[in-house]
Amino acid sequence: MANTYFTEDHEWLRVEGGVATVGITDYAQEQLGDLVFVELPEIGRKLAKGDTAVVVESVKAASDVYAPVDGEITEANTSLSSDPSLVNSAATGDGWLWKMKLSNESQLASLMDEAAYKAHIG
Amino acid sequence: MTGEDTKHLPLEDLHGAAGARFGAFAGWSMPLTYPPGVMKEHLHTREHAGLFDISHMKLFEVGGPGAAALLDRACPLDAGALEISQSKYTFLLNEAAGIIDDLIVTRLGDNRFMVVANAGNAAEDEKHLRALAADFDARVEPLDRVFLAIQGPDAWAALSRAGIETGSLLFMHGVEPRPNWFMSRSGYTGEDGFEIGLPEADARDLIAKLLQDERVQWIGLAARDSLRLEAGLCLHGQDLTPEIDPASAGLMWAIPKEVRASGHFIGADALRSILERGPSQKRVGLKPDGRQPVRAGAALVDADGNPAGHVASGGFGPSTGHPVAMGYVNTALAKPGTRLFADVRGTKIPVDVTSLPFTPHRYRKG
Repeated sequence: MANTYFTEDHEWLRVEGGVATVGITDYAQEQLGDLVFVELPEIGRKLAKGDTAVVVESVKAASDVYAPVDGEITEANTSLSSDPSLVNSAATGDGWLWKMKLSNESQLASLMDEAAYKAHIG
Repeated sequence: MTGEDTKHLPLEDLHGAAGARFGAFAGWSMPLTYPPGVMKEHLHTREHAGLFDISHMKLFEVGGPGAAALLDRACPLDAGALEISQSKYTFLLNEAAGIIDDLIVTRLGDNRFMVVANAGNAAEDEKHLRALAADFDARVEPLDRVFLAIQGPDAWAALSRAGIETGSLLFMHGVEPRPNWFMSRSGYTGEDGFEIGLPEADARDLIAKLLQDERVQWIGLAARDSLRLEAGLCLHGQDLTPEIDPASAGLMWAIPKEVRASGHFIGADALRSILERGPSQKRVGLKPDGRQPVRAGAALVDADGNPAGHVASGGFGPSTGHPVAMGYVNTALAKPGTRLFADVRGTKIPVDVTSLPFTPHRYRKG
């Protein structure tokens, strides 16, 4: 059974068996506009909460996407290399960014659920 | 600039109703994108007609018996040689020949000229021109106008359907078709198109007519930037600054030969000495390898890792389908085909020096 969490920086995490799939929310992709490039992370990279994991580039600007929790990258969504617009068209589905093995699952408790996130973006 | 100082467009309500996303630019709250998004807006402009609210830019009327002489002092220009209705791209230069602003000057009458200035520099331009005007029998009058651009291959037809005939107007010419209107065939996209300064009530009426035409869509500032970058056109504040002269910027085509040789414009001596020894850096097009954009401010190095210059403007070209950029490089490295590397967050992205524009200009010259 997967649980979905949200961050104040407009990321979502779907956690299953100690591994989180991470992406940006629909609200975030709308703010960024059409994406043209996603700089994907290396597999095996260890991240602390708040580290820059991915850089997403729109026509106009580059934006960092931060690790929402501590962990190690296990997979990057390589289909974004040829089609970064998947993040725009399916932010919470095929437009996921990376998967990470969680090193401290207790950090999830500080994240928001969907109802809290919806209240956060107003 | 604090939020309270932010200036608002007179037609902000129309942009809000059209679903615009706003952002700050040059002290103004500007529509950055509309619901279709920058990619579609950009392509729509190249295929049909894009409508831009550029009322942040400033129109000045320069008039009086000394108007041409004033402009010839402020700009490397022979204003008196312009035919009536002829427009000229030019600059305000400082004593070091640095570009204070880039402008379009149009001759409206024997002693009347229209000057179109950039938003971010308008106040300084006005101060500069007024200070100079004291030495000439000339006045500088800022005009209170809405300023619209309609750009793209269908621009003339859409204006025609809205009741405005443009048939006799050629690229880089401007006229006053109605009281308090100024319309020129010009723009910032590389496409055929028009820029129209007009009173707010007239603007609302014209916009309502134009938007009834499905070929016409609002286009935001984000696509305005990607369109001008593909067209190799400079943005003052990035590609041009008071530290950059017209020779380094590759804009000497804008300065007539006689003016270069014997003009008495501010910065003439400095520019002549730059031309004599040759500029040390030159503006070039840069085509990054792959899909990753290189952005303004990125450092450029040569194959051996030596400093080569910097990126001045960079982004993604929706029409070219690849990243596009412009920058300044050491003159020895300015030849098209030269491979350089841009430092993007520690990664060296290969970029090739390339000729500009990235997309061919489609101006209506005759």
